[in-house]
Amino acid sequence: MTPKIQLTDVHKSFGPKKVLDGITVDLPAGQSLVVIGGSGSGKSVLLKCILGLMRPETGSIKIDGEEVVGLPQRERERVLRKFGMLFQGGALFDSLTVWENVAFGLIQGQRMRRAEARERALAKLAAVGLAADVAELWPAELSGGMQKRVALARAIASEPEIIFFDEPTTGLDPIMADVINNLIVDCVKQLGATTISITHDMHSARKIADRMAMIYKGRLTWVGPAAEIDASGNPYVDQFIHGRAEGPITMELRR
Amino acid sequence: MPLVAAAGRLFLTFLAAAGRLTAFTAVAVSNAFLPPSYPRQIARQMFEIGYLSLPVVGLTAIFTGMVLALQSHTGFARFAAEGAVATVVVLSMTRELGPVLAGLMVAGRVGAAMAAEIGTMRVTEQIDALTTLSTNPYKYLIAPRLIAGLLMLPLLVLVADVIGVFGGYLIGTYKLGFNPATYISRTWEFLEPVDVFSGLVKAAVFGFLISLMGCYHGFHSKGGAQGVGAATTTAVVSASILILTFNYIITELFFAR
Repeated sequence: MTPKIQLTDVHKSFGPKKVLDGITVDLPAGQSLVVIGGSGSGKSVLLKCILGLMRPETGSIKIDGEEVVGLPQRERERVLRKFGMLFQGGALFDSLTVWENVAFGLIQGQRMRRAEARERALAKLAAVGLAADVAELWPAELSGGMQKRVALARAIASEPEIIFFDEPTTGLDPIMADVINNLIVDCVKQLGATTISITHDMHSARKIADRMAMIYKGRLTWVGPAAEIDASGNPYVDQFIHGRAEGPITMELRR
Repeated sequence: MPLVAAAGRLFLTFLAAAGRLTAFTAVAVSNAFLPPSYPRQIARQMFEIGYLSLPVVGLTAIFTGMVLALQSHTGFARFAAEGAVATVVVLSMTRELGPVLAGLMVAGRVGAAMAAEIGTMRVTEQIDALTTLSTNPYKYLIAPRLIAGLLMLPLLVLVADVIGVFGGYLIGTYKLGFNPATYISRTWEFLEPVDVFSGLVKAAVFGFLISLMGCYHGFHSKGGAQGVGAATTTAVVSASILILTFNYIITELFFAR
């Protein structure tokens, strides 16, 4: 069976700084991969390369066996229909109301009629635990946790085959973080979607992941089943999941 | 030697910037003509640029027309040619001051707002979000603004021309003692279609440039609030300079014979 997402030796740098330095990973359909790693380790860039928002210098990225690096705009739009993405800050359109945000992909991308799209948006809002009266509000009127939930509803509105989560719990209180984790697990199970999440919240990672990967200096130092993360025998992983300042990962601090 | 190197670097930076802008313009314009288009967005931008700019442009025009009448009267009185005031007002408004002043005012009002809005969308990842929702940001964000700028500025300038001439008429009849009928007939007498037409061509070009600068600088802004602020300033300054430059070029094309 062809993997849903297949990355082979992906390199990306910004000037002299190598952000991705040879990433190779396969993800079978229906699996949930969580990529953990410190700030600035290239996690977000990895997702943006797969989405085609950035172009890697070398390497191959295949979605359902189809090479997507360097696809022309029109083809890219077709491939992107398979995707949903939850952005770190939510990235809700602040000139549109909540339901218009959720229905955006349906109305603009799939050319659905507004009335029908509104019904779908309300259903998705209900699925993330938001009542219909939120639908007419503006994103700026919502709390951080509610914005995340609206963003989640938007990511799943077109029922995508692949969903990316960029730090879904960052900036939320622990309870709201767990609510979001549960919603992610439920939504993904319901859609049967393949997902990649990036996070540095280990609690969240354990809850969402089938497989985990640790990224450090642009390379995946460890990839394995989520259950084996505690027995990885990898000093980088051990340091990260226990949150220790001492270890092979050194923060570049000036003293 | 270091001086030459510095000059060379500066020149290369300039060429790179010009290249980026040209590529951006080409992509934006080609996207404006290819389907799908977003009529809702175009209508909204037309309202934003056209209707909401009316008060600013109207005020600018009426005071400009009034000042023109006063100043030209002072000048022409020195060689007993006061009769030319009406003609000077209408020609100055339609050919020069209508398009240029409306352009500069709209650059300040609309160009800044565009750069700030699109810049904020860029730094909060809203533009990336558009792409992941299978929507081409050039079609959804940029093309409607370019189209609206191109279409609305000529309309605004037409309004400004009328209001400016009316301002001149007010001063001419109430303060300078012209007979109203004479003033109006003098306004029409020497006005040629090309005077108004050249002003409208200028306006269309200025409208396109204002939107282009607002979109380009917003689209490429980086690094949070400070980046958005810088993009806003650059958008207004570059639009104003381009307006003045193209004003000369278009005038030259129309009238140099």
